[in-house]
Order: sequence, then C-alpha cells, then structure tokens
Amino acid sequence: MRVFVPRDAAARSLGADDVAAAVAAEAARRGLDLTLVRNGSRGMVWLEPLLEVETPAGRMAFGPMTAAEVPALFDADSGAHPKALGLTEALPWMARQTRLTFARVGVTDPLSLDDYRAHGGLAGLARAREIGPEAVVAEVSVSGLRGRGGAGFPTGIKWQTVAAAAGERKYIVCNADEGDSGTFADRMLMEGDPFCLIEGMAIAGLAVGAGKGFVYIRSEYPDAIAVMQAAVQIAREDGLLGPAFDIEIRVGAGAYVCGEETSLLNSLEGKRGVVRAKPPLPALEGFMGRPTVVNNVISLATVPVILAKGAGFYRDFGLGRSRGTIPLQIAGNVRFGGLFEAAFGLTLAEIVDDIAGGTATGRPVKAVQVGGPLGAYFPRALFDTPFGYEDYAAKDGLIGHAGIVVFDDTADMLRQARFAMEFCAIESCGKCTPCRIGAVRGVETIDRIARGDAAAIPLLTDLCATMKAGSLCALGGFTPYPVMSALTHFPDDFAPLKEAAA
Amino acid sequence: MTTGRADIAARVGEILRDHADAEGPLLPVLHDIQAAFGHIPPDALPMLAEALNISRAEVHGVVSFYHDFREHPPGRHVLKLCRAEACQAMGADALADRARARLGVDWHGTTGDGAVTLEPVFCLGLCACGPAAMVDGRLVGRLDAPGLEALLDGVAA
Repeated sequence: MRVFVPRDAAARSLGADDVAAAVAAEAARRGLDLTLVRNGSRGMVWLEPLLEVETPAGRMAFGPMTAAEVPALFDADSGAHPKALGLTEALPWMARQTRLTFARVGVTDPLSLDDYRAHGGLAGLARAREIGPEAVVAEVSVSGLRGRGGAGFPTGIKWQTVAAAAGERKYIVCNADEGDSGTFADRMLMEGDPFCLIEGMAIAGLAVGAGKGFVYIRSEYPDAIAVMQAAVQIAREDGLLGPAFDIEIRVGAGAYVCGEETSLLNSLEGKRGVVRAKPPLPALEGFMGRPTVVNNVISLATVPVILAKGAGFYRDFGLGRSRGTIPLQIAGNVRFGGLFEAAFGLTLAEIVDDIAGGTATGRPVKAVQVGGPLGAYFPRALFDTPFGYEDYAAKDGLIGHAGIVVFDDTADMLRQARFAMEFCAIESCGKCTPCRIGAVRGVETIDRIARGDAAAIPLLTDLCATMKAGSLCALGGFTPYPVMSALTHFPDDFAPLKEAAA
Repeated sequence: MTTGRADIAARVGEILRDHADAEGPLLPVLHDIQAAFGHIPPDALPMLAEALNISRAEVHGVVSFYHDFREHPPGRHVLKLCRAEACQAMGADALADRARARLGVDWHGTTGDGAVTLEPVFCLGLCACGPAAMVDGRLVGRLDAPGLEALLDGVAA
C-alpha cells in the first residue's frame, strides 16, 4: 500500500509533516506494510495537506487533512472518511488541465529516478542525443516556446545565438529566482519534479555545447534548494550528470532584482546584483563573459516534453504567438488557489470566477494583478482579456511569470500603487537614476495625492513615463504598470480628499 | 558569547578552502559564514578580500547589497512576515502591524531582550495560502491573528 503526503513547501506550511508522521505512526500501530511517499503538490493548495491512497481504481484523495484525521483512513470504509474527495484525477481542477510541464508534479516521488523514468522522464534527452544539437535547437524554435520568466523571448532564438557563438566554455544558467508575488510554479516544479529541470538543462547543454549549468535559486525557497541539491547528487551517481555536463546549485541572497538576468549573472559571479547594460547580450557575453543561456525554470522544464512529444504537439496548444501551455498560479484572495496548467487563451474571467471560484472572503473581486509586482491591476472591465503575451501587452499589462493575485473590494488601489513604488525603492539595484530616484519620488508623490493634492496626479503620470522609458531593466521600467493601471482603472481611489464626512 | 578573531579566521579559512574550486565563490562563501556565525563578522571582510583578490570595498559592497546578509547577530529567533501583494490581499498588513506593536520593534528590529528579530520578506512562494511567515526557517501558511499570537508566544523565550 502506498500513501502520498506532499513534501511541497505550501503543503508543509499547512501541516503536511504532521500528517506524514501520523500516517507512519498509525501504520506502525496497526502493523501495516505501508510505503509513505513524499510527493510534490498536485497544485490544489486549498486542499493541502492533500493525502492520497493508492488503490486498484486509482489514487484516492483526502484533504485538507489533519493528523487527527489520519487513523480513520485505515478503517474499513475509507470512502466514508469526512475528508474523502474521490479519485484525484477526476477532481474538476485536475480534469480540466493540460499538464505538460507539470505532468509528473504531485504524481511521482520527486527524488526517485526510477519513478521519473517510469513516467516518461529522460525520453526527451534520449531523442535530443539521437537527433543532435542543430535539430534540438530547431525543435525548440518550431515549438514556439517563449521565455516563461516573463520576458517571453523565443527560447529557440536564444539557444541558436549561444550555439553559434564562438567560445570553448559556455554555460546554461537556470533562473530560479522566482521573486514575483503570486508565483510559485518554479518552486513547485523544483520540489515536485527536479529531474525534469535537470533533463531540460542537459538538453540545453547538448544543444548549445555547454558543459556546465547553474541553478540560481532564491534563498526564500529552502525546500526547493534542498530537493534540487539532492536531485543533482542522485543524477551524478546515476551518470546523468557528469564530466560532459554538470550542474551546480547556487543560492541567492534576498535581492529581488537578481531575477533580472544580467543582475543574476553578476550575483552568480560573486558581485553586487546590479543590472548590466545590454548589449552585450548574455547569450554572447554572459557568465564570466562567456556565451550563456539564461532561461527560467519553466522554460527549461518544458523542453523535455517538447523533445519527447515533438515540437508540433506542443505548438498545437495556445493562441496567436503564445504557443503551448502556461502554468497559471492563482493566488491571493481566492477560494480555490494553486497551480493550474492550461493552454494559453483562457480569459481572466474564466480564471478568476470559474477556476478560482471568486474570493476567499466571499466579497466581490475588485482587482486582479497579473504578472507579479511589476504587473498591471486589471479591473473587471478587462476580464475578457485572453491569457497571452500580446493580448496582455495590448491592454497595458503583462503576463509575466503567470502569477494571478486577486483582491476583493476592500483593497485600496492608491495603497497598492504606493506599495509598488515602495517595493521598487527597496529593491532597486541603484544603477540607473529613473529607478533609484524615481521610485522614492513616486512614493512621495502618491503620498501627496493621498493628502488631497490633485496637482500631484499629472506629476505621477509624468514620473511613470520617465521610469518606463528611461530605466535600464524591468524593475524600474515596469513599476509604472501597477501604478498607472491602479490610477487609470480605479480613479476613485485617487480622488482628492476621500472625505467620509463630506 | 563573542567569537574571537582567531576563531573567525580559522572558520573563514576553512570555508574559503571549501569553495576554492568554485567559479565566483563570494556568495556561497558569505552564506556559509553567516550560517556559522549568524552574521558576517566585520573581521571576515579583509580575509575574503585577500583570498579572492578583490578590494575590501567590493566585499563590503556585496555584503551590504543583499538583504540576507547581516552585519550584526540577529535575535535568538527570526520571524519573517511576507509583505508582498498576494499576502496583502489576505490581510498581511494588519498582521504585520500587530506583530510590530506586540514586539515593539519595526522591520529589521530586534526586541530589547534579544529574543526576536522581525524581518520583512517579499514572497515565500506560499501565495495561494497566505498570509505567510517563516519562523526560524519553518514555513507557516494561512496565518491569522490567533496563529500569529501563538507564534509570538513561541518565540518570546
């Protein structure tokens, strides 16, 4: 008998370790021969800790579980357990998804290479070795895969540039500095299917001729760091990693801006995480000045399925120039929050009202911030926007890393705009003036508006235009998105003197 | 108890040797030093500069750039509260106000008895089960006012 209790950080933050300990204790008490697997999360965070029991009919889900409810699982009719949910795969949240990148997350034992192989793992790498570097780059290009970190740059073109660059030493750098609030796909993937990322990086190394890879993981993710370190060790012992291509895990140090690729490279080199001017592109002069692929976790972890099933299979999902699937991360004030992988094209209304089930508080949705702290706040009037890179850009927004943070009607959008500027001021690397000074002035200007100074509103608009056009990277350049969207779509919150007594 | 200069030199020397083959070793070295001492002792900076062939100013620049690296030892417990948007949407600001009021410190402050250091964190990746916190490395999701009070009781000693 196999029982699954996630080791995912979200599940653990909700008591999964206690549940796992209770399972082990109860099995021992009853003298049961039971295998406890600490899997990744299925992504239904509102049901965590989600325990699963393997049966001949499939895996049965129970959640959200507490340790006290564990003993009843072992009684004759576990189907009558108060937390019984039925077959995991049949739950609507699961059944509606197209899980390509996340196919194994929550299903397998994250640190079992045998499990990984048994569920289709390493098929992509095997095909990559068969077809050779040029064909691999072509396959990734044809798949239409674009950078899932947020910038949306075509992955195939980036790989082509590095492959064609001169140089004996090249690098694959995985950007796992997932700092955007509302995002946790990288974390879930690393904790739930680390070999998938390792395989993707190995394929990238083969494609561009790189012998060394780094995974730069933010320090706020201790679980992901531990799982990736263990997985790399297992992969070395297996020979999957070795002299031809090896991976080193590096840990960030709490700087949001290091999610920007050039800042990340400086950090990796042991320097302050300041942004570099481009050109030169990291593809030509990246880590230690050598040709470097810098890709997000999800981009790299999607490569194995593209290689295994073919570029055409992947490209057939999606809309417009947004091909394939996107792991939506539904967060904030929602009834049903978690990770939902689907083809591009769902509208925000479908995501927020239907999949997320509205707010956790039961109050009306006021605003949805898409794409992290640098993403725009969307009002209900824009809920018909389909999820795609160009579609969001057309509405003065961005999909970023596909984090979706829902706010109910108690949110004060002036306060949210102020926070965006405050965050930018705290996290600015300090290299360029529009970001370093602009963010501080932005906080001051919004405080003036809050005090009733309507003359400060055009000043804020002007400041945002300067930051957007003049900043060196997306931190200063995109902070205007949350600020201006809040101002544009929720003008009442910026009205001079919100007097209660008027 | 303070750590003597000789102890620092010995331990930092070991850490530097551990990373002798790494490319761009300064961050891993600093993480290990902080793990060993709870902060980055000022006496370590010249050693790092010497070993890595960079100036002391550069080492100081790196230490001071990153939020994680502390120049002073923290309290006996470290409570990190998420301040980012997803947690805000679930009431993180009110929890933060409550924590600051009860502890009598602002962000980055340590209580007078040295028991608790309060730090902001911008996202722990627990955005679908916020508000989120981290207490001495342990993650806590769906924090509410009673839960916060219990956490604060737990770290009071």
